[in-house]
Amino acid sequence: MPRQILEGSQAIAQTINNIKPAVISAYPITPQTHIVEDLAKFKADGKASYEYVRAESEFAAASIVEGSSATGMRVYTATSSQGILLMTEVLFNIAGSRLPVVLTCANRGVSAPITIWNDHQDSMTVRDAGWIMFFAENHQEAIEQHLLAYKIAEAEGLPAMVNIDGFVLTHTYEGVEVPTRSQIKKFLPDYKPKKGQFLDPQNPVSFGSFATPAHYMEIREELHQALQKTQEKIKKEYGNLKLLVPNAVKENERKSLVNNGLVEYYGPKNPKTVLIAMGSLVGTIKDAVDYENKKFLNSSVGILKIKVFRPFPEKEIFNILKKVKYIAVIEKAISLGSANGPLGLDLKASMQGKIKGKIQNFIVGLGGRDITKNMIHKIIADIKKAGDKTKFIGK
Amino acid sequence: MDITSKPGSTIKNKTGGWRTYKPVTDYDKCIGCGICAKVCPESCVAMYDENGKKRPKTDYSYCKGCGLCAAECPVKAIEMKLEEK
Repeated sequence: MPRQILEGSQAIAQTINNIKPAVISAYPITPQTHIVEDLAKFKADGKASYEYVRAESEFAAASIVEGSSATGMRVYTATSSQGILLMTEVLFNIAGSRLPVVLTCANRGVSAPITIWNDHQDSMTVRDAGWIMFFAENHQEAIEQHLLAYKIAEAEGLPAMVNIDGFVLTHTYEGVEVPTRSQIKKFLPDYKPKKGQFLDPQNPVSFGSFATPAHYMEIREELHQALQKTQEKIKKEYGNLKLLVPNAVKENERKSLVNNGLVEYYGPKNPKTVLIAMGSLVGTIKDAVDYENKKFLNSSVGILKIKVFRPFPEKEIFNILKKVKYIAVIEKAISLGSANGPLGLDLKASMQGKIKGKIQNFIVGLGGRDITKNMIHKIIADIKKAGDKTKFIGK
Repeated sequence: MDITSKPGSTIKNKTGGWRTYKPVTDYDKCIGCGICAKVCPESCVAMYDENGKKRPKTDYSYCKGCGLCAAECPVKAIEMKLEEK
Protein backbone atom coordinates (compact mmCIF):
# COMPACT_ATOMS: atom_id res chain seq x y z
CA MET A 1 0.00 0.00 0.00
CA PRO A 2 1.49 3.37 -0.95
CA ARG A 3 1.99 6.21 1.48
CA GLN A 4 -1.12 8.34 1.85
CA ILE A 5 -1.88 11.60 3.59
CA LEU A 6 -4.69 10.61 5.90
CA GLU A 7 -6.61 11.98 8.81
CA GLY A 8 -5.71 10.00 11.95
CA SER A 9 -9.25 8.63 12.15
CA GLN A 10 -9.12 7.47 8.52
CA ALA A 11 -5.79 5.73 9.07
CA ILE A 12 -7.21 3.85 12.05
CA ALA A 13 -10.47 2.95 10.30
CA GLN A 14 -8.58 1.56 7.29
CA THR A 15 -6.26 -0.40 9.58
CA ILE A 16 -9.19 -1.88 11.49
CA ASN A 17 -10.92 -2.86 8.25
CA ASN A 18 -7.75 -4.67 7.17
CA ILE A 19 -7.49 -6.38 10.56
CA LYS A 20 -10.94 -7.79 9.73
CA PRO A 21 -12.90 -7.97 12.96
CA ALA A 22 -16.13 -9.96 12.78
CA VAL A 23 -18.22 -7.54 14.83
CA ILE A 24 -17.99 -3.79 15.35
CA SER A 25 -20.31 -1.92 17.67
CA ALA A 26 -19.82 1.66 18.73
CA TYR A 27 -21.72 4.75 19.79
CA PRO A 28 -20.63 8.05 18.26
CA ILE A 29 -18.93 10.64 20.50
CA THR A 30 -16.72 13.57 19.57
CA PRO A 31 -13.82 13.19 18.69
CA GLN A 32 -14.03 9.47 17.83
CA THR A 33 -16.87 9.95 15.33
CA HIS A 34 -14.80 9.94 12.14
CA ILE A 35 -13.44 6.49 12.96
CA VAL A 36 -16.81 4.84 13.41
CA GLU A 37 -18.43 6.78 10.57
CA ASP A 38 -15.70 5.55 8.21
CA LEU A 39 -16.16 1.97 9.42
CA ALA A 40 -19.93 2.22 8.93
CA LYS A 41 -19.42 3.67 5.43
CA PHE A 42 -17.05 0.83 4.45
CA LYS A 43 -19.79 -1.61 5.42
CA ALA A 44 -22.50 0.33 3.57
CA ASP A 45 -20.30 0.54 0.45
CA GLY A 46 -19.66 -3.20 0.49
CA LYS A 47 -15.98 -2.72 1.31
CA ALA A 48 -16.13 -4.59 4.62
CA SER A 49 -17.30 -7.96 5.88
CA TYR A 50 -17.87 -7.25 9.58
CA GLU A 51 -21.27 -7.03 11.26
CA TYR A 52 -21.78 -3.38 12.22
CA VAL A 53 -24.22 -3.41 15.13
CA ARG A 54 -25.86 -0.11 16.06
CA ALA A 55 -25.90 0.41 19.81
CA GLU A 56 -28.12 2.72 21.82
CA SER A 57 -25.30 3.77 24.16
CA GLU A 58 -21.66 3.09 24.95
CA PHE A 59 -22.77 0.67 27.66
CA ALA A 60 -24.66 -1.24 24.97
CA ALA A 61 -21.75 -1.06 22.50
CA ALA A 62 -19.31 -2.46 25.05
CA SER A 63 -21.75 -5.19 26.05
CA ILE A 64 -22.31 -6.12 22.41
CA VAL A 65 -18.60 -6.50 21.73
CA GLU A 66 -18.13 -8.40 24.99
CA GLY A 67 -20.84 -10.88 24.04
CA SER A 68 -19.50 -11.22 20.50
CA SER A 69 -15.97 -11.73 21.77
CA ALA A 70 -17.26 -14.42 24.11
CA THR A 71 -18.49 -16.38 21.07
CA GLY A 72 -14.89 -16.48 19.82
CA MET A 73 -14.98 -13.59 17.34
CA ARG A 74 -12.55 -10.73 16.77
CA VAL A 75 -14.27 -7.47 17.73
CA TYR A 76 -13.72 -3.70 17.81
CA THR A 77 -15.16 -0.64 19.44
CA ALA A 78 -14.13 3.00 19.95
CA THR A 79 -15.13 5.76 22.32
CA SER A 80 -14.01 8.82 24.33
CA SER A 81 -14.55 10.72 27.56
CA GLN A 82 -18.14 10.33 28.81
CA GLY A 83 -18.49 7.22 26.65
CA ILE A 84 -15.64 5.32 28.25
CA LEU A 85 -16.96 6.32 31.67
CA LEU A 86 -20.45 5.08 30.76
CA MET A 87 -19.04 1.68 29.76
CA THR A 88 -16.76 1.42 32.80
CA GLU A 89 -18.44 -1.53 34.47
CA VAL A 90 -18.41 -3.45 31.19
CA LEU A 91 -14.67 -2.76 30.81
CA PHE A 92 -14.07 -4.40 34.22
CA ASN A 93 -16.30 -7.29 33.16
CA ILE A 94 -14.41 -7.78 29.89
CA ALA A 95 -11.01 -7.89 31.61
CA GLY A 96 -12.30 -10.15 34.37
CA SER A 97 -13.73 -12.50 31.73
CA ARG A 98 -10.34 -12.51 29.93
CA LEU A 99 -11.76 -11.46 26.56
CA PRO A 100 -9.48 -9.96 23.85
CA VAL A 101 -11.58 -6.89 23.05
CA VAL A 102 -9.73 -4.01 21.37
CA LEU A 103 -10.90 -0.44 21.87
CA THR A 104 -9.70 2.91 20.55
CA CYS A 105 -10.06 5.77 23.01
CA ALA A 106 -9.88 9.20 21.39
CA ASN A 107 -8.74 10.95 24.55
CA ARG A 108 -10.97 13.77 25.61
CA GLY A 109 -11.45 15.50 28.97
CA VAL A 110 -14.45 14.72 31.14
CA SER A 111 -17.36 16.87 32.36
CA ALA A 112 -18.06 18.92 34.35
CA PRO A 113 -17.46 21.49 32.98
CA ILE A 114 -18.19 20.05 29.55
CA THR A 115 -15.19 19.83 27.26
CA ILE A 116 -14.79 18.14 23.91
CA TRP A 117 -11.06 18.75 23.77
CA ASN A 118 -8.11 16.57 24.46
CA ASP A 119 -6.69 15.40 27.75
CA HIS A 120 -6.05 11.96 29.30
CA GLN A 121 -8.53 12.05 32.18
CA ASP A 122 -10.93 9.66 30.40
CA SER A 123 -8.71 6.62 30.02
CA MET A 124 -6.82 7.35 33.24
CA THR A 125 -10.09 6.91 35.09
CA VAL A 126 -10.28 3.28 33.97
CA ARG A 127 -6.60 2.43 34.41
CA ASP A 128 -7.42 -0.10 37.14
CA ALA A 129 -9.83 -2.13 34.99
CA GLY A 130 -7.23 -4.64 33.82
CA TRP A 131 -6.81 -3.45 30.23
CA ILE A 132 -3.50 -3.13 28.38
CA MET A 133 -3.14 0.60 27.60
CA PHE A 134 -1.15 1.92 24.63
CA PHE A 135 -0.56 5.64 24.01
CA ALA A 136 0.25 6.76 20.44
CA GLU A 137 2.46 9.76 19.62
CA ASN A 138 1.48 10.08 15.96
CA HIS A 139 -0.64 8.54 13.24
CA GLN A 140 1.79 5.81 12.22
CA GLU A 141 2.31 4.79 15.84
CA ALA A 142 -1.46 4.58 16.23
CA ILE A 143 -1.56 2.12 13.33
CA GLU A 144 1.25 -0.04 14.74
CA GLN A 145 -0.25 -0.05 18.23
CA HIS A 146 -3.60 -1.32 16.96
CA LEU A 147 -1.77 -4.25 15.37
CA LEU A 148 0.12 -4.90 18.60
CA ALA A 149 -3.09 -4.56 20.59
CA TYR A 150 -4.82 -7.35 18.65
CA LYS A 151 -1.76 -9.57 18.69
CA ILE A 152 -1.20 -9.38 22.43
CA ALA A 153 -4.90 -9.38 23.35
CA GLU A 154 -5.66 -12.53 21.38
CA ALA A 155 -2.50 -14.33 22.50
CA GLU A 156 -2.92 -13.51 26.20
CA GLY A 157 -6.71 -13.29 26.65
CA LEU A 158 -6.59 -9.68 27.86
CA PRO A 159 -8.40 -6.63 26.46
CA ALA A 160 -6.34 -3.75 25.05
CA MET A 161 -7.02 -0.09 24.37
CA VAL A 162 -5.11 2.26 22.10
CA ASN A 163 -5.22 5.87 23.27
CA ILE A 164 -4.99 8.60 20.65
CA ASP A 165 -5.22 12.28 21.48
CA GLY A 166 -8.63 13.61 20.48
CA PHE A 167 -8.52 16.16 17.64
CA VAL A 168 -4.72 16.29 17.80
CA LEU A 169 -4.40 12.84 16.25
CA THR A 170 -7.96 12.05 15.16
CA HIS A 171 -8.54 15.19 13.09
CA THR A 172 -5.10 16.06 11.71
CA TYR A 173 -3.39 14.77 8.58
CA GLU A 174 -0.05 12.99 8.38
CA GLY A 175 1.70 10.81 5.85
CA VAL A 176 1.11 7.19 6.78
CA GLU A 177 1.33 3.68 5.42
CA VAL A 178 -1.66 1.51 6.18
CA PRO A 179 -0.63 -2.15 5.95
CA THR A 180 -2.71 -4.34 3.65
CA ARG A 181 -4.79 -7.33 4.74
CA SER A 182 -2.15 -9.80 3.51
CA GLN A 183 0.70 -7.90 5.16
CA ILE A 184 -1.19 -7.89 8.46
CA LYS A 185 -1.90 -11.62 8.22
CA LYS A 186 1.84 -12.35 8.39
CA PHE A 187 1.89 -10.85 11.87
CA LEU A 188 -1.68 -11.37 13.07
CA PRO A 189 -3.25 -14.74 12.20
CA ASP A 190 -7.01 -15.36 12.44
CA TYR A 191 -8.33 -15.40 15.99
CA LYS A 192 -8.79 -18.88 17.46
CA PRO A 193 -10.33 -18.93 20.93
CA LYS A 194 -9.21 -21.59 23.42
CA LYS A 195 -11.26 -24.79 23.49
CA GLY A 196 -13.93 -24.65 26.19
CA GLN A 197 -13.33 -20.92 26.68
CA PHE A 198 -15.95 -19.50 24.33
CA LEU A 199 -19.73 -19.72 23.93
CA ASP A 200 -20.10 -22.87 21.88
CA PRO A 201 -23.38 -24.79 21.54
CA GLN A 202 -21.32 -28.00 21.24
CA ASN A 203 -19.61 -27.28 24.56
CA PRO A 204 -21.72 -24.78 26.56
CA VAL A 205 -20.08 -22.64 29.27
CA SER A 206 -20.97 -19.53 31.26
CA PHE A 207 -18.78 -16.43 31.56
CA GLY A 208 -18.46 -14.11 34.51
CA SER A 209 -20.23 -16.27 37.08
CA PHE A 210 -20.29 -15.70 40.79
CA ALA A 211 -17.01 -16.32 42.70
CA THR A 212 -17.10 -16.74 46.46
CA PRO A 213 -14.52 -15.24 48.84
CA ALA A 214 -12.78 -18.61 48.69
CA HIS A 215 -11.91 -18.08 45.00
CA TYR A 216 -12.24 -14.43 43.94
CA MET A 217 -8.88 -13.28 45.27
CA GLU A 218 -6.77 -15.84 43.41
CA ILE A 219 -8.66 -15.15 40.19
CA ARG A 220 -7.83 -11.42 40.49
CA GLU A 221 -4.22 -12.10 41.37
CA GLU A 222 -3.93 -14.29 38.29
CA LEU A 223 -5.29 -11.42 36.17
CA HIS A 224 -2.75 -9.06 37.76
CA GLN A 225 0.15 -11.44 37.01
CA ALA A 226 -1.08 -12.04 33.47
CA LEU A 227 -1.14 -8.30 32.79
CA GLN A 228 2.38 -7.88 34.22
CA LYS A 229 3.72 -10.72 32.07
CA THR A 230 2.60 -9.01 28.84
CA GLN A 231 5.49 -6.53 29.14
CA GLU A 232 8.04 -8.98 27.79
CA LYS A 233 5.58 -10.21 25.18
CA ILE A 234 4.89 -6.67 23.94
CA LYS A 235 8.62 -6.07 23.47
CA LYS A 236 8.97 -9.35 21.60
CA GLU A 237 5.96 -8.74 19.34
CA TYR A 238 7.12 -5.19 18.58
CA GLY A 239 10.32 -6.77 17.30
CA ASN A 240 8.29 -9.23 15.23
CA LEU A 241 6.12 -6.45 13.86
CA LYS A 242 9.18 -4.52 12.68
CA LEU A 243 10.38 -7.65 10.85
CA LEU A 244 7.11 -8.87 9.38
CA VAL A 245 5.28 -5.62 8.61
CA PRO A 246 8.06 -3.02 8.48
CA ASN A 247 6.00 -0.43 6.61
CA ALA A 248 3.52 -0.32 9.50
CA VAL A 249 6.13 0.72 12.07
CA LYS A 250 7.16 4.36 12.47
CA GLU A 251 10.74 4.82 11.40
CA ASN A 252 13.13 5.87 14.17
CA GLU A 253 14.11 8.99 12.24
CA ARG A 254 15.39 10.88 15.24
CA LYS A 255 17.52 7.87 16.18
CA SER A 256 16.13 7.48 19.67
CA LEU A 257 18.55 5.51 21.82
CA VAL A 258 15.83 3.22 23.17
CA ASN A 259 12.80 2.31 21.09
CA ASN A 260 11.00 -0.90 22.05
CA GLY A 261 7.26 -1.57 22.27
CA LEU A 262 7.05 -0.27 25.85
CA VAL A 263 9.06 2.96 25.94
CA GLU A 264 11.11 5.27 23.75
CA TYR A 265 13.99 7.40 24.98
CA TYR A 266 15.16 10.33 22.85
CA GLY A 267 18.05 12.52 23.94
CA PRO A 268 21.67 12.43 25.05
CA LYS A 269 23.29 9.32 26.50
CA ASN A 270 23.69 10.36 30.14
CA PRO A 271 21.11 13.07 30.61
CA LYS A 272 20.95 15.27 33.68
CA THR A 273 17.27 15.91 33.14
CA VAL A 274 14.61 13.60 31.77
CA LEU A 275 11.08 14.61 30.90
CA ILE A 276 8.46 11.85 30.95
CA ALA A 277 5.28 12.06 28.89
CA MET A 278 2.79 10.08 26.79
CA GLY A 279 0.98 10.60 23.51
CA SER A 280 1.21 13.43 20.98
CA LEU A 281 2.68 15.84 23.54
CA VAL A 282 5.97 13.96 23.09
CA GLY A 283 6.32 15.40 19.58
CA THR A 284 6.40 18.94 20.96
CA ILE A 285 8.76 17.90 23.74
CA LYS A 286 11.21 16.31 21.27
CA ASP A 287 11.51 19.66 19.47
CA ALA A 288 11.89 21.55 22.77
CA VAL A 289 14.58 19.14 23.95
CA ASP A 290 16.50 19.56 20.66
CA TYR A 291 16.46 23.32 21.12
CA GLU A 292 17.62 23.12 24.76
CA ASN A 293 20.47 20.78 23.98
CA LYS A 294 21.65 22.90 21.03
CA LYS A 295 21.26 26.29 22.68
CA PHE A 296 22.69 25.64 26.12
CA LEU A 297 26.16 24.08 26.26
CA ASN A 298 25.81 22.40 29.62
CA SER A 299 22.24 21.30 28.94
CA SER A 300 21.55 17.59 28.87
CA VAL A 301 17.84 16.87 28.56
CA GLY A 302 16.14 13.78 27.26
CA ILE A 303 12.53 12.68 26.82
CA LEU A 304 11.23 9.32 27.97
CA LYS A 305 8.04 8.42 26.14
CA ILE A 306 5.81 5.86 27.83
CA LYS A 307 4.20 3.88 25.00
CA VAL A 308 2.49 1.31 27.21
CA PHE A 309 1.03 2.70 30.46
CA ARG A 310 -0.63 -0.54 31.60
CA PRO A 311 1.14 -2.72 32.50
CA PHE A 312 3.44 -0.03 33.87
CA PRO A 313 6.96 -0.73 32.46
CA GLU A 314 8.89 -0.23 35.72
CA LYS A 315 12.06 -1.99 34.60
CA GLU A 316 12.39 -0.05 31.34
CA ILE A 317 11.78 3.21 33.15
CA PHE A 318 14.29 2.43 35.89
CA ASN A 319 16.99 1.66 33.31
CA ILE A 320 16.61 5.16 31.87
CA LEU A 321 16.20 7.05 35.15
CA LYS A 322 18.87 5.36 37.28
CA LYS A 323 21.45 8.14 37.18
CA VAL A 324 19.24 11.08 36.20
CA LYS A 325 19.26 14.12 38.51
CA TYR A 326 16.00 15.86 37.53
CA ILE A 327 12.84 14.07 36.43
CA ALA A 328 9.77 16.00 35.25
CA VAL A 329 6.59 13.98 34.77
CA ILE A 330 4.43 15.96 32.36
CA GLU A 331 0.88 14.70 31.98
CA LYS A 332 -2.62 15.65 30.84
CA ALA A 333 -4.57 14.36 33.83
CA ILE A 334 -4.87 14.87 37.57
CA SER A 335 -5.91 12.41 40.26
CA LEU A 336 -8.15 14.82 42.14
CA GLY A 337 -7.63 14.63 45.87
CA SER A 338 -4.12 13.25 45.47
CA ALA A 339 -1.12 15.54 45.11
CA ASN A 340 -0.25 14.03 41.72
CA GLY A 341 -1.44 13.01 38.32
CA PRO A 342 -1.91 9.28 37.58
CA LEU A 343 1.40 8.96 35.70
CA GLY A 344 3.17 10.81 38.52
CA LEU A 345 1.67 8.45 41.09
CA ASP A 346 2.80 5.33 39.26
CA LEU A 347 6.23 6.76 38.61
CA LYS A 348 6.86 7.89 42.17
CA ALA A 349 5.59 4.58 43.58
CA SER A 350 7.71 2.45 41.26
CA MET A 351 10.91 4.47 41.62
CA GLN A 352 10.65 4.98 45.38
CA GLY A 353 13.87 4.01 47.09
CA LYS A 354 15.41 2.92 43.80
CA ILE A 355 16.58 6.20 42.26
CA LYS A 356 18.03 9.40 43.67
CA GLY A 357 16.71 11.90 41.12
CA LYS A 358 14.18 14.55 42.09
CA ILE A 359 10.75 13.79 40.63
CA GLN A 360 8.25 16.59 40.08
CA ASN A 361 4.80 16.31 38.51
CA PHE A 362 3.60 18.92 35.99
CA ILE A 363 -0.03 19.00 34.88
CA VAL A 364 -0.62 20.44 31.41
CA GLY A 365 -3.11 20.58 28.58
CA LEU A 366 -6.32 19.90 30.49
CA GLY A 367 -9.45 20.35 28.39
CA GLY A 368 -7.40 20.89 25.24
CA ARG A 369 -5.26 23.79 26.54
CA ASP A 370 -2.49 24.10 23.96
CA ILE A 371 0.96 23.05 25.13
CA THR A 372 3.68 25.24 23.64
CA LYS A 373 7.42 24.71 23.44
CA ASN A 374 7.76 27.70 25.80
CA MET A 375 5.86 25.79 28.48
CA ILE A 376 8.27 22.88 28.08
CA HIS A 377 11.24 25.25 28.43
CA LYS A 378 9.60 26.63 31.57
CA ILE A 379 9.26 23.11 32.97
CA ILE A 380 12.89 22.29 32.17
CA ALA A 381 13.89 25.43 34.13
CA ASP A 382 11.46 24.74 36.99
CA ILE A 383 12.57 21.16 37.61
CA LYS A 384 16.03 22.37 38.55
CA LYS A 385 14.69 24.80 41.16
CA ALA A 386 14.10 23.86 44.78
CA GLY A 387 10.78 22.30 45.75
CA ASP A 388 8.88 19.44 44.16
CA LYS A 389 5.24 20.43 44.49
CA THR A 390 2.96 19.40 41.65
CA LYS A 391 2.42 22.37 39.34
CA PHE A 392 -0.28 23.20 36.81
CA ILE A 393 1.33 24.79 33.75
CA GLY A 394 -1.33 26.54 31.67
CA LYS A 395 0.60 29.43 30.11
CA MET B 1 -7.24 -20.87 35.78
CA ASP B 2 -10.49 -21.82 34.13
CA ILE B 3 -12.94 -19.06 34.97
CA THR B 4 -15.82 -20.29 32.85
CA SER B 5 -18.48 -22.49 34.42
CA LYS B 6 -20.30 -25.51 33.06
CA PRO B 7 -24.06 -25.18 32.37
CA GLY B 8 -26.37 -26.14 35.21
CA SER B 9 -23.59 -25.94 37.78
CA THR B 10 -25.54 -23.51 39.99
CA ILE B 11 -27.72 -26.46 41.03
CA LYS B 12 -25.00 -27.29 43.55
CA ASN B 13 -25.93 -24.14 45.48
CA LYS B 14 -28.99 -25.16 47.56
CA THR B 15 -30.69 -21.82 48.16
CA GLY B 16 -33.25 -23.46 50.48
CA GLY B 17 -30.76 -22.77 53.23
CA TRP B 18 -31.51 -19.02 52.88
CA ARG B 19 -35.10 -19.37 54.16
CA THR B 20 -36.48 -17.88 57.34
CA TYR B 21 -40.16 -18.59 56.64
CA LYS B 22 -41.34 -21.80 54.97
CA PRO B 23 -44.52 -21.96 52.80
CA VAL B 24 -46.87 -24.73 54.02
CA THR B 25 -49.85 -25.66 51.80
CA ASP B 26 -53.18 -26.71 53.31
CA TYR B 27 -54.39 -29.25 50.72
CA ASP B 28 -57.99 -29.12 52.04
CA LYS B 29 -58.24 -25.41 51.14
CA CYS B 30 -56.24 -25.73 47.86
CA ILE B 31 -58.39 -25.54 44.70
CA GLY B 32 -55.57 -26.56 42.29
CA CYS B 33 -55.62 -23.25 40.34
CA GLY B 34 -51.81 -23.33 39.79
CA ILE B 35 -51.22 -19.62 40.57
CA CYS B 36 -48.57 -20.48 43.18
CA ALA B 37 -46.61 -22.44 40.54
CA LYS B 38 -46.95 -19.57 38.05
CA VAL B 39 -45.73 -16.80 40.38
CA CYS B 40 -42.83 -18.62 42.06
CA PRO B 41 -39.68 -16.70 40.94
CA GLU B 42 -37.51 -19.78 41.40
CA SER B 43 -39.84 -22.26 39.66
CA CYS B 44 -39.88 -24.23 42.91
CA VAL B 45 -43.57 -25.17 42.75
CA ALA B 46 -44.68 -27.88 40.34
CA MET B 47 -48.29 -28.96 39.76
CA TYR B 48 -48.86 -32.71 39.69
CA ASP B 49 -52.00 -34.80 39.08
CA GLU B 50 -53.72 -36.55 42.01
CA ASN B 51 -56.98 -38.39 41.29
CA GLY B 52 -57.88 -35.95 38.52
CA LYS B 53 -57.12 -32.86 40.66
CA LYS B 54 -54.04 -30.63 40.33
CA ARG B 55 -51.87 -30.35 43.47
CA PRO B 56 -48.80 -28.14 44.09
CA LYS B 57 -45.49 -29.55 45.34
CA THR B 58 -42.75 -27.23 46.65
CA ASP B 59 -39.07 -28.04 46.21
CA TYR B 60 -37.72 -27.04 49.62
CA SER B 61 -34.09 -27.51 48.53
CA TYR B 62 -34.32 -24.26 46.58
CA CYS B 63 -37.38 -22.40 48.00
CA LYS B 64 -36.07 -19.13 49.50
CA GLY B 65 -39.27 -18.37 51.42
CA CYS B 66 -40.10 -15.15 49.54
CA GLY B 67 -43.82 -15.63 50.23
CA LEU B 68 -45.14 -14.75 46.76
CA CYS B 69 -47.09 -18.02 46.54
CA ALA B 70 -48.79 -17.33 49.89
CA ALA B 71 -49.53 -13.71 48.91
CA GLU B 72 -51.09 -14.67 45.56
CA CYS B 73 -53.05 -17.77 46.60
CA PRO B 74 -56.76 -16.85 46.01
CA VAL B 75 -58.02 -19.04 48.86
CA LYS B 76 -55.18 -18.35 51.33
CA ALA B 77 -54.22 -22.02 51.39
CA ILE B 78 -50.51 -21.30 51.91
CA GLU B 79 -49.13 -20.15 55.27
CA MET B 80 -45.62 -18.78 55.80
CA LYS B 81 -44.40 -20.55 58.96
CA LEU B 82 -41.25 -19.58 60.84
CA GLU B 83 -38.81 -22.38 60.18
CA GLU B 84 -36.94 -23.99 63.07
CA LYS B 85 -33.36 -24.67 62.13
